[in-house]
Amino acid sequence: MKTIKVSVVTPDGPVYESDVEMVSTKALSGELGILPGHIPMVAPLQIGAVRLITGGNTKYIAVSGGLLEVRPDQVSILAEAAEVADSIDVDRALKAKERAEQRLHAQKQENIDYKRAELALQRALNRISVAGK
Amino acid sequence: MASLRDIKNKITSTKKMSQITKAMEMVAASNFSRAEGNAKAFVPYMEKIQEVTASVALGSSDASHPMLVKRPVKKTAYLVITAERGLAGAFNSNVLRAALQAIQKRHQSNDEFVIIALGKVGREFFRKRDMNIALDLTAIANQPTFNEVKDTVNKTIGMFADGAFDELYMYYNHFVSAIQNDVVEKKILPLTDIATSKKPMSYEFEPSAEEILEVLLPQYAESLIFGALLDSKAGEHAARMNAMRSATDNAKELIDSYSLLFNRARQAAITQEITEIVGGATALE
Repeated sequence: MKTIKVSVVTPDGPVYESDVEMVSTKALSGELGILPGHIPMVAPLQIGAVRLITGGNTKYIAVSGGLLEVRPDQVSILAEAAEVADSIDVDRALKAKERAEQRLHAQKQENIDYKRAELALQRALNRISVAGK
Repeated sequence: MASLRDIKNKITSTKKMSQITKAMEMVAASNFSRAEGNAKAFVPYMEKIQEVTASVALGSSDASHPMLVKRPVKKTAYLVITAERGLAGAFNSNVLRAALQAIQKRHQSNDEFVIIALGKVGREFFRKRDMNIALDLTAIANQPTFNEVKDTVNKTIGMFADGAFDELYMYYNHFVSAIQNDVVEKKILPLTDIATSKKPMSYEFEPSAEEILEVLLPQYAESLIFGALLDSKAGEHAARMNAMRSATDNAKELIDSYSLLFNRARQAAITQEITEIVGGATALE
């Protein structure tokens, strides 16, 4: 089967790189699956899991938003933070989740810190769910 | 002439000092190689995001975004990246001097600009001169991660979006080699010159170019600042390594000349004693 090169890069360095058969992501506009030979495309991503599928195996990568760039032979994911499932620090994510929940209780909804806490909670939940897969 | 004991004290204290500078040199050397690695690891991200930004911003001329538009300048912001402490030769003073000169040339009063200080040395410098510091970040780690500076960088971009200032210049030390840093002035906002070496791709936009710019441009501006910080950190550690090495060398020279002085003084003391004994003996005869 044809494959496509995927690279996930963050400001702290490249996180993952390999050849896969399909990339499945959650873009702002909805789920997006990319196969080799896709037309060039750019799309913003949601906080969520990126699934890389090769020969029936699925690899999960947690990304905190960012951008997806597609070329016929290559997919690049540019995110501020990304972790491969087995390198996620679950304890840290759990702590972050608790912190974010506490802040959500303490803040008023229109407050900017509220939005931040909400995002932090989403990131933490995403990490926890990806690590569990 | 200083007494024997004075010279001896000087020799021991200089020796101790040189041990300290030697240790600091080695710490800086290990920090430097790691910082250089960090700066290298960041390159693929920067290249990619620059390429995409250039393609999107230049490729779709109909898409506009507040961050791309020049507006009348009422207030300018200067983001100055310095080290957390001195002991790095002219590293801090070079960048601070360049920034201060530019500010003094361009502005009449302190109300026309704000400072964003990354690094403690810069913050203290501008605070002493009673300039408005809009935002500061100190206690930056030797090997900063993006997570650490994200908040400050986010706020900086947010302040531009809210109209707190209308343009943003960045001053930092660009790391050239282990013995050379160049002070760089870079205009970050508005994003007018997005340069790319590669031919822009024509992309499909999902959902639309505007919405992509909404996500992409802040991320691009943030990465410009973070990249500069990594660059500056590599330069800082290199500068500190050099400063400490020459301090150690100087200490060695000092010890040598003090030792010479010490030996001379000791010899003089011995000669004097002999003369005294001989004098005493002659008087007895």
